[in-house]
Amino acid sequence: MSKKKIRDILLSVLLLAAAGGILAWLQADSSNHSYAISIIERSAIYAVVAVAMNMLTGFTGLFSLGQAGFMALGAYVTGILTIPVELRANVYYLNGIAPWLENVHLPMLPALILGGLVAALFAALIGIPILRLKSDYLAIATLGFAEIIRAFLASPAMNTITNGSFGLNNIPAFSNIFVPCVIAAVCILLMVLLINSSYGRAFKAIREDDVAAESMGINLFRHKELAFVISSFFTGIAGGLLAIYMRSIDTKTFQVTLTYNILLIVVLGGIGSVTGSIIGSFLINGGQEWLRFFDEPLSIGGVQIPLFRTGFRMVIYSVLLMIVVLFWRRGIMGTSEFTWDNLFGLFRRKKKKQAGGEA
Amino acid sequence: MSATTLIQHMLTGISLGGAYALIAIGYTMVYGILRLINFAHGDIFMMAGYFMIFAMASFPWFISIPITLIATIALGVLIEKAAYKPLRSAPRMSIMISAIGVSYLLQNLATYLFTALPKSYPEVPFLKKIFQFGEISASLVTLVTPVLTVVLVIVLIQLINHTKIGMAMRAVSKDTETARLMGIKVDTTISMTFVIGSLLAAVGSILYFTDRMTVYPFSGSLPGLKCFVAAVFGGIGSIPGAVVGGFVIGICETLLVAFGYSTYSDAFTFLLLIVVLLVRPTGLFGEAVTDKV
Repeated sequence: MSKKKIRDILLSVLLLAAAGGILAWLQADSSNHSYAISIIERSAIYAVVAVAMNMLTGFTGLFSLGQAGFMALGAYVTGILTIPVELRANVYYLNGIAPWLENVHLPMLPALILGGLVAALFAALIGIPILRLKSDYLAIATLGFAEIIRAFLASPAMNTITNGSFGLNNIPAFSNIFVPCVIAAVCILLMVLLINSSYGRAFKAIREDDVAAESMGINLFRHKELAFVISSFFTGIAGGLLAIYMRSIDTKTFQVTLTYNILLIVVLGGIGSVTGSIIGSFLINGGQEWLRFFDEPLSIGGVQIPLFRTGFRMVIYSVLLMIVVLFWRRGIMGTSEFTWDNLFGLFRRKKKKQAGGEA
Repeated sequence: MSATTLIQHMLTGISLGGAYALIAIGYTMVYGILRLINFAHGDIFMMAGYFMIFAMASFPWFISIPITLIATIALGVLIEKAAYKPLRSAPRMSIMISAIGVSYLLQNLATYLFTALPKSYPEVPFLKKIFQFGEISASLVTLVTPVLTVVLVIVLIQLINHTKIGMAMRAVSKDTETARLMGIKVDTTISMTFVIGSLLAAVGSILYFTDRMTVYPFSGSLPGLKCFVAAVFGGIGSIPGAVVGGFVIGICETLLVAFGYSTYSDAFTFLLLIVVLLVRPTGLFGEAVTDKV
């Protein structure tokens, strides 16, 4: 093992330990840090969806806008199965719950996995017809399916299962901050393993040129379907995590805007970079909170600045995103991944530049 | 359901369909030229609603309507110049993401400027006049919408088939590079497409919101998507197709609501989209294009 490799492993272990330490520190005094905890939990959950979307958009070249729909499926399955049996009468007070479902209860982890599987199954079914479509047609078709899922979940026919348009509440929360973070980390790790496997290389070949990939013996449909199903599986799990995080959900949570938010995370992080998506998720979720001061009235020297009022934050936020989209198209990471070498290279380059400037 | 109520619902549906058709033309023209789903088009339509509210606050309707049309056109062209033009040579996905970004920006801007609460749409007095035919009653706007739609479409088709700018548009949508070599000013032509699209969206918004009475920052997103579906249904790039698609979706949606399936009325549109894409991806009147490798 070379010196560099040992250094990288050491640094990674240190980083992980630091992250774990920070989480433990936040957890130790959770009532005081509930704000930070909620931001971190949400960022971790969004990171899973962003990486899953990136696997489709960035690595396989399939532009899908169905994330909100698959998240809704995962969230509803998880929500329905984890609401404590004794509280169900309260949740379904208007329509009652279907008798076969009344006593079915699962712990969090199996419920999450089941939610992911339901999303994956649905993706497998719709993937067969729609993966023949190309670029923007695929985007609009997946968007359409997401809307159909939403309408279906909210429909009166589903009243005794999903509680229709009233949504679910009383979903038990995470017991501590480590649960969502560890689940998210495991999900992302699994996706990274897939991307680095021979399947992942096939995905990238399809992204670059599907005709060439096909002539090299890659079964286009099978690989596209695989990417779509696996991405949907993790999107479903993230939806389940979101349900547990929010504790009460309804179908309005899973509108197209949610998909757009995820897309913007992927774009900011760099289409085709897993670490970029993770960084993007933390930046956007954190940044949205940080920009919150724009919503507060501001007065400088007793003069009220009229621009600062509710909603200004989102305007600034979307302007920033437009700037990224227009002038900084590769995002934070482009298509490269985070490595310690790159990080040190960055500092070294800067130093060199400074040295060059002085000389 | 009696025949009268059915006719009543049909009238509403045709009127809604007319407004949809006008918006769908904007999608189909932009897609024909730029190969871009202009996700912001629905929000341009929403902004046109707000422009009308503010114009009507200080002017009578015959001044307000031109103001609305001009302001909407300006917005459409501004968006094209600022958000789409820098990305002409970028991959298609980038420009589509840019369109989504613009849509997001317009929604947030509207929320900021006009708050998220629905604002009531001003009544243009003569449009709201009620007509009575036996048991069927309809306001003038219901009757005007389909007529105006058809007239505008005929004018537009004449414009595209028989004028110089129309010829330029057809050339650019067939082959941008060759059109440029032939001395056509591609950027001007594309701007012109946005002018026409935004103009029709503004007309559509006046007709649509006069019936709906309220505007809120997200009132453009779902109609926008539906009108895109209408454009796909008719065959993207085909103006008569977009009109037929608009009417079909408007009528079906109204009838679904009338029969009590209002939860499914939005899902229906997307179901239609998926069926069309699977059975006949080129739509009703679209031309099949073969991909050259």
